[in-house]
Amino acid sequence: MSKRTVKFKIYRYDPDKDAAPYMQDISVELDPSDKKLLDAMVRLKAKDDSLSFRRSCREGVCGSDAININGTNGLACLTDMEGLKQPVVLRPLPGLPVIRDLIVDMTQFFKQYHSIKPYLINNDPPPERERLQSPEEREELNGLYECILCACCSTACPSFWWNPDKFVGPSGLLNAYRFIADTRDQATNERLDNLEDPYRLFRCHTIMSCVDVCPKSLNPTRAIGKIKDLMVRRAV
Amino acid sequence: MSVNVSKRTFDAVIVGAGGAGLRAALQLSEAGLKTAVLSKVFPTRSHTVAAQGGVAASLGNSTEDHWHWHMYDTVKGSDWLGDQDAIEFMVRKANEVVIELEHYGMPFDRTDNGKIYQRPFGGHSMNYGKAPVMRSCAAADRTGHAMLHALYQRNVRANTQFFVEWMALDLLRDAGGNVLGVIALELETGEVSIFHTRATVFATGGAGRIFYSSTNAFTNTGDGLGMAARAGIPLEDLEFWQFHPTGVAGAGVLITEGVRGEGGMLRNADGERFMERYAPNLKDLASRDVVSRSMVTEINEGRGCGPDKDHVMLDITHLSPEVIMKRLPGIREISIRFAGVDPIKAPIPVVPTAHYQMGGIPTNYKGQVVAPKGDNPNTPVPGFYAAGECACASVHGANRLGTNSLLDLLVFGKSAGESVVEDFKTGNLALHPLPADAADQALARLARLESQREGNAVADVRLAMQRTMQKHAGVFRFNDLLKEGVTRILEVAESAKATYIKDKSKVWNTARQEALELDNQIEVAKAAMISAEARKESRGAHVRDDAPNTDEHPNGRDDQNWLKHTLWFSADNHLEYKPVNLKPMSDDVEPIALAKRTY
Repeated sequence: MSKRTVKFKIYRYDPDKDAAPYMQDISVELDPSDKKLLDAMVRLKAKDDSLSFRRSCREGVCGSDAININGTNGLACLTDMEGLKQPVVLRPLPGLPVIRDLIVDMTQFFKQYHSIKPYLINNDPPPERERLQSPEEREELNGLYECILCACCSTACPSFWWNPDKFVGPSGLLNAYRFIADTRDQATNERLDNLEDPYRLFRCHTIMSCVDVCPKSLNPTRAIGKIKDLMVRRAV
Repeated sequence: MSVNVSKRTFDAVIVGAGGAGLRAALQLSEAGLKTAVLSKVFPTRSHTVAAQGGVAASLGNSTEDHWHWHMYDTVKGSDWLGDQDAIEFMVRKANEVVIELEHYGMPFDRTDNGKIYQRPFGGHSMNYGKAPVMRSCAAADRTGHAMLHALYQRNVRANTQFFVEWMALDLLRDAGGNVLGVIALELETGEVSIFHTRATVFATGGAGRIFYSSTNAFTNTGDGLGMAARAGIPLEDLEFWQFHPTGVAGAGVLITEGVRGEGGMLRNADGERFMERYAPNLKDLASRDVVSRSMVTEINEGRGCGPDKDHVMLDITHLSPEVIMKRLPGIREISIRFAGVDPIKAPIPVVPTAHYQMGGIPTNYKGQVVAPKGDNPNTPVPGFYAAGECACASVHGANRLGTNSLLDLLVFGKSAGESVVEDFKTGNLALHPLPADAADQALARLARLESQREGNAVADVRLAMQRTMQKHAGVFRFNDLLKEGVTRILEVAESAKATYIKDKSKVWNTARQEALELDNQIEVAKAAMISAEARKESRGAHVRDDAPNTDEHPNGRDDQNWLKHTLWFSADNHLEYKPVNLKPMSDDVEPIALAKRTY
């Protein structure tokens, strides 16, 4: 494979100098080894050092480089350049305030994560050794604990766009269920109380955008359904 | 950028919120100390998140185990350069810190009887090298992710105060050498602030990105090492870098040694399981330095795979798809995404890739930073602590065993935290006054970038550094290349003094951040090249052509002249040496006597 030139259209905004955001047309020559979108963005940055975005692990596990790519949320480091329609349109994640270029203010997202008490609650005195858990019980956590807090899901969710201050959002709810599902956790009732609210949980209308965009192939909608089931069962 | 420097006062500041920083933060928060934790990324984005295979502890859940064996393996793995007091401390604390983590909610895999699942790992053995042992406590192949999130979650519970997306710029010291805190930059606003404290804990991670091909995150730029070096603290044993045997060829992304722990094998172009020739006993589970050198030897002798014969294959096609899906799901995902192969059906192309820095800021096993003063090479620096990959306790010596890094950050994160709390309670930590010029060095660095109107692009200087490190200080080292490497890296360091950024914005200026990070990387690269050139023996991960295997010097190791730690000083690039501690911490175990390393 030889070098190739790829066209981009990128959302730019620097509050220090720009009166308003604009879309920048820019193209860059890629090496055959530049396989992922993040590789291309690093090349773009070498060309224009003012292009700002977050990135760290470049292997889809730290959750830094979530952006909106040709209209769909995803991680730049896991997105193949091959097959991307040109010009590749890059925007910050929708629904959160933009700080600069592709960097959004994630305060609201993390506030919702923190609101579900994202830690194990077990008030028994800790035993000498590990708390026992069968392999089957542990399997209940699969598909939940792998969340990387990238916010692709919550910022793809119309309910979160309307009520980011009141609706916990798919990521927060997936994490809430991660602790409810953990046999070592003793706070299921308290956790359900915390979510029993017209907004916090019940704004989920199973649109399932979260499932479509999750770069880790997790299913927040299913986790939310399980929380709703527990609410119903608790009520009867 | 005109700069107003604000000031904040805390009992303690922790720089870095990966595993070590978060573990230290728990000790401080739970003890009620007013603590600021600074991190240039949101805590769960720290590079601990990328650790895969497990954390070592002699729990003995699946096979018989003993901390004596773990200690032996670690000393031998270190090629006897590890300090035996620190190693004893670490392996004896292992069960405690791993069980604590389970209590915090870490989702470890489980055995049939409900205990923490453990898998075999490279260099870990039963009965002093006799057979592989199951010592690596794992959460599938996402152990670091599970651990980092559990530690962050526990800190949320403990109400730890984070300063997220703040980058520390420089360490503050007074004329007496006391450490007074750090000066830091908030990325979002460009605000510069002094964190004036009684105690400063560095947990800033490694600097593997000084190499061209690295498993490390972009953010692993050795910031703590750079700050320490500029403040006159020496850096220890930086000639020792671990090349992980299995990075995805081309992409560099890590494939855990846990793959071989679960039964994976390395094969050359002939399909031969070549590790049987190099390590008849532990084979594919020999120590990482040994496996990496064997792979490079296979490639150099023409038995590499692919059109360019430049990699070997990691084969797990003989494992059942169920085992792969259950124990190695993340690896399958990485392999499909970055190598384009499904490991259930075809082997993964792999090549040794820069991974871990064994050296770092010198500390004792209490996590106190130490430096030479008078006759004592290990005098604590008042108010300064370090833990995790940025520190050198030294438990890894010349080569780290897999799963000992997650253990290191738990044990020494906790122990540094405990030392701060203890030193605080006993009144050993004063809030020394800030000198008038405390902020000057950092402000001068910022002002230079602000005023520089032309010069060298940061990306170009960084690439020159990475290529130099890769070529001159790789898996095998050569006397002439090392000598030339020192000249080259000093040239690159000169060019880094004239980096130029076009972007002068106050708001989230990543160009400025990368230029400041490069300053830190350059300190580490100089330390690594100069220390490597000077060490005229082969030991652990440092193997050079002019120190071959002989009867007098097995594996090229020269204990008579080189059984000592290197200390590099930034001010004039000079080196000093200090003895290795061959004496364990207690009388509960005999010292592990010097011997030739074979697996």
